[in-house]
Amino acid sequence: MEPHVHTKKCQEVLSRLSDYLNVDLPPDACAEIDAHLAGCPPCVEFAESLQKTVEICRRYRPAELPAPIGQEAREQLLEAYRRMLDARRTRGA
Amino acid sequence: MIGCQALERDEEIELARQLIDGEPAAFDRFVEHFRAKIFHYSWMMCRNREDAEEVAQEALLKVFEHFDQLREPGRVRSWVFRIAKNACLTKRRRSVFAPPREHSFDEFLPSMGHDGGRLKLQIADWSRLPDGPMLQAEMRDAVEQAIGELPDGHRSVLLLRGVEELSTEETAQTLDLPVDVVKTRLHRARLAVRKKLDEFLRTEVLAVKE
Ligand SMILES: [Zn+2]
Repeated sequence: MEPHVHTKKCQEVLSRLSDYLNVDLPPDACAEIDAHLAGCPPCVEFAESLQKTVEICRRYRPAELPAPIGQEAREQLLEAYRRMLDARRTRGA
Repeated sequence: MIGCQALERDEEIELARQLIDGEPAAFDRFVEHFRAKIFHYSWMMCRNREDAEEVAQEALLKVFEHFDQLREPGRVRSWVFRIAKNACLTKRRRSVFAPPREHSFDEFLPSMGHDGGRLKLQIADWSRLPDGPMLQAEMRDAVEQAIGELPDGHRSVLLLRGVEELSTEETAQTLDLPVDVVKTRLHRARLAVRKKLDEFLRTEVLAVKE
């Protein structure tokens, strides 16, 4: 792709893209960005790459997994849960 | 994930509801589900396996000790992450809220020329994202590296808002940050990850194609 010369307006649009993609902008600001994108294919391309990044992040899960929980650790948690239920009952339901 | 089917958000809310009602049948699935989530978050925050497993256990212990404080099951994910974040902080001693190095937007935007305030845009071809399993694994590593290189405060926002899909408001509450700060950090973090993936697409994908 050829380097594209773009303007301060592009920079301004790119700095607000996350809010734009999250539909987190007031309607007039949104319309302003729409208008710019309609006439600026490189900004559209950048916006699409950011949108893909958002999706890739959403699907991302670390390769690292915890080891299965040990019996003792599980008991400790179950015990805490039971104590909480008992305390709640004692406080008077 | 192996042996651990990730739960949809409404399923985890249902599990929380059952546990609040005192039905221990939901216990094991709840533990398995959130243990993996807390482990992932703390592993990405501290990059130490042992610490991440300890954080998961300590956080879950607090979760069960205080389960009666969860009034609305719908808030279970952000509630658990708030506890996890605190457990993580205690473990790391170094605060996630120590003033982070603020990235400027410009660092991650397309390269700039000095042509009277005009900028040059040059990005990789994103229309062909890798689809083979090997490249997907490599891309996952690239994402992981990019997230790992973020300042702590940006990384925690991206993990909660961008990966765990908490809302902006939930992320703000979980991390004790103003909503505007969450939005700014999220955008900067996404730009940083985008830049890393852009570099990845330029080098790795081209290298494999040849
Ligand atoms: Zn533009």
